[in-house]
Amino acid sequence: MNARDVLDYVGIIPLLPLFGAALLLIFGRRIGEPIAGWIATGLMALAFVGSLVALFALLDLPSETRLQVNQIFTWIPAGSFSVHVGTQADPLSITWLLLVTGVGTLIHLYSIGYMHGDPLFSRFFAYLNLFAASMLILVIADNLLLTFLGWEGVGLCSYLLISFWYQRNDAAVAGKKAFVTNRVGDVGFLLAMFLIIATYGSLEYTAMSPAAHVISTGTCTAIALLLMVGAMGKSAQIPLHVWLTDAMEGPTPVSALIHAATMVTAGVFLMCRAFPFLEASSSASTVVMWVGAITALLAGTVAVMQPDIKRALAYSTISQLGYMFLAVGIGAYTAAVFMVLCHAFYKGCLFLGAGSVIHGNGDNQDMRIMGRYRKFLPVTAFAMVIAWLSIAGIPPFSGFWAKDEILVDAYTNHDYGVWIVGTIAALITAVYMTRLIFLTFYGNARFERADSFEAVPVVSGGSDEGTVHAGTDEVGEAHEYDPDDPFVDTPTVRFGEPPRPGRLHGHSPHESPAIMLLPIVVLALCAAFAGLLNLPIGNLDFLARFLEPVFHGVKEADPSTTQELTAEGLSVLMAMTGLAIAVLIYKRGLRTPAEDPVVDKTRPVSTLMGHAYYWDEGISAFVGGPGEKSGSWLDRVFDQKIIDGAVNGTAALVQWGSRVASRVQDGFVRRYALGILLGTVAIVLFVLLWAGR
Amino acid sequence: MTLAAFEITSTYYLVLAAMIFTIGSVGVLTRRNVLVMFMCVELMLNAVNLSFVAFARALDDITGQVIVFFVLVVAAAEVAVGLAIIVAIFRRRRHATADDLQALKG
Repeated sequence: MNARDVLDYVGIIPLLPLFGAALLLIFGRRIGEPIAGWIATGLMALAFVGSLVALFALLDLPSETRLQVNQIFTWIPAGSFSVHVGTQADPLSITWLLLVTGVGTLIHLYSIGYMHGDPLFSRFFAYLNLFAASMLILVIADNLLLTFLGWEGVGLCSYLLISFWYQRNDAAVAGKKAFVTNRVGDVGFLLAMFLIIATYGSLEYTAMSPAAHVISTGTCTAIALLLMVGAMGKSAQIPLHVWLTDAMEGPTPVSALIHAATMVTAGVFLMCRAFPFLEASSSASTVVMWVGAITALLAGTVAVMQPDIKRALAYSTISQLGYMFLAVGIGAYTAAVFMVLCHAFYKGCLFLGAGSVIHGNGDNQDMRIMGRYRKFLPVTAFAMVIAWLSIAGIPPFSGFWAKDEILVDAYTNHDYGVWIVGTIAALITAVYMTRLIFLTFYGNARFERADSFEAVPVVSGGSDEGTVHAGTDEVGEAHEYDPDDPFVDTPTVRFGEPPRPGRLHGHSPHESPAIMLLPIVVLALCAAFAGLLNLPIGNLDFLARFLEPVFHGVKEADPSTTQELTAEGLSVLMAMTGLAIAVLIYKRGLRTPAEDPVVDKTRPVSTLMGHAYYWDEGISAFVGGPGEKSGSWLDRVFDQKIIDGAVNGTAALVQWGSRVASRVQDGFVRRYALGILLGTVAIVLFVLLWAGR
Repeated sequence: MTLAAFEITSTYYLVLAAMIFTIGSVGVLTRRNVLVMFMCVELMLNAVNLSFVAFARALDDITGQVIVFFVLVVAAAEVAVGLAIIVAIFRRRRHATADDLQALKG
């Protein structure tokens, strides 16, 4: 069996987790904990092994011919237009395969520890496996429609997993919000496919590059921008970013796997696949570039103000995804993919670490009542510190190489606007990540006094009806899980809420079990050393050379040493500055949990940023105000009068007609017989006199 | 005129069939008694059968005779169902004629 034969079987990889999902959905309850988790993890590990085999098979081929498309069967045959179910094995899809299965396996393993004792343990793993299967279909597909199938599959799994603890009102609402927001983006994706079908009639990826040279620039721009709208929904770019922070209502492994490492990068994947259109249209590239730059900057400023460890990380994710879009926009596709890889490692590590902290902290996510946790969670602290230095862009950790490649490319391409925005965002990244780490692991230990807080019921800021019953639980009942209680309190701490009372009840925070620590440490090591994949020195840019045949014909940015040193030096300087500022402010922690110096001293700017520029509130106000009014006007006038009028009018007409026609049926049998006779005679006469001629 | 010269062609059969058919259809149209109408329907069916057989003989084709068997079988089934309905009607109302059976009129 030669390498190409092996690559033809790459379609088996998504089937492994799909089988796991089916098995666990049907027999999950009987299999139970922890076997269900081990089955799911084992299948993911198998898929990872399969991806490795595919990688080596691909490396076996000469660099320029590393593309193997296998059309398995015809899915939709419709005249001259047809869609196949097929797989496309090339460096890009194999990179994503390795990422999804590798990080996925680690997070599955982590979940066995994290979800311990949950009544829906096996269902959780069924959903995780279903997600992995959908994501793998998304990346391995050879055409847009099959990718769209996976795209919707991951959207569904995202919804199911965000709302996994559906007894909590906030979690149920957040799942719906994610689903609906993603549908807005999907309209763009669908329209792009329609436009492609109408223009050149083939949804296959291999047809894109030749087509982009033939069709007009305007059409290229339209296709690229419509695909970008789809990618914006999935990758949480402004203005469709609103769902990602609310998605933190889901279990933390879900946040790590879906909402940091894999699914949210699907948008970047789509943009990389559609690069011929972006190359053909500079205006579309400019839009993508600025969407990314603005998202990177604004989401970063919001992250600085968040009191909730997971929400801060969520805004950080939006910001980092902005960097990836920026990279795609300036044509640095390899840098974008490199960023996706590094981000998966360090953000996966940070989220899993945050999960470990929350786990050891009595399910309390409020950073303001933490502090000095490195004494109690040494392994988690060690891993998260590495990830922190990585995301902050401190050399030689991976984040530095990824981010700086993007910034150097922007500088070299003379896109100075986005370069400046990106460099400022690098400073902010360092600030919020340092704040997060210092509030959690350094400074003063505030949890000791946190238990004695007054329990104040507060109203949460975002959702209008979600009254938070913080701290109303009696001592000892805080961890009780009552599925019948609709007011199980939400762990999410929104900006502006008073600090959450501690739930440790006199105990110290505790380190997580080894099964959770292993994935965290592995990801931290990856985050530390992932820079080796693509060093911009001499011949060491392995990833760039691996991906080169995919992005064939893209003009490589070739920075001179001066340019490289200018851009890199400046961004490292920014990162160091941000880090130093945050260290100075948060070195000693917070005096009391209710006082956050940055938030307190920069009002009202901090309020604006903390509320994410009131975008969510604005949408609520618009939809609830003019939106609802115009809707009810449409309901009264258009729907009831015109639509219902037409339907009821048709019904009335039919009724009248039938009343008239029913008089014919008078019950006089012999008249019926006469009718039949006359009808027969008429037919016979017709046949004899007319038809016969 | 000798008897041997008097040859019976299929025209005779067809004329006979047409007459029987006309008698049957007039009977269905004019009589009110359900039983008599039913018998007239049978007359019409058999008129058609007769013409089928006549054609089968004239054209030397067995198909016409086969169809007659089908018609007979269907007619037998129809008689069974139809007579059952008629008996049921006579049990419910004593002097029912076809014109009175108007329960399903529009």
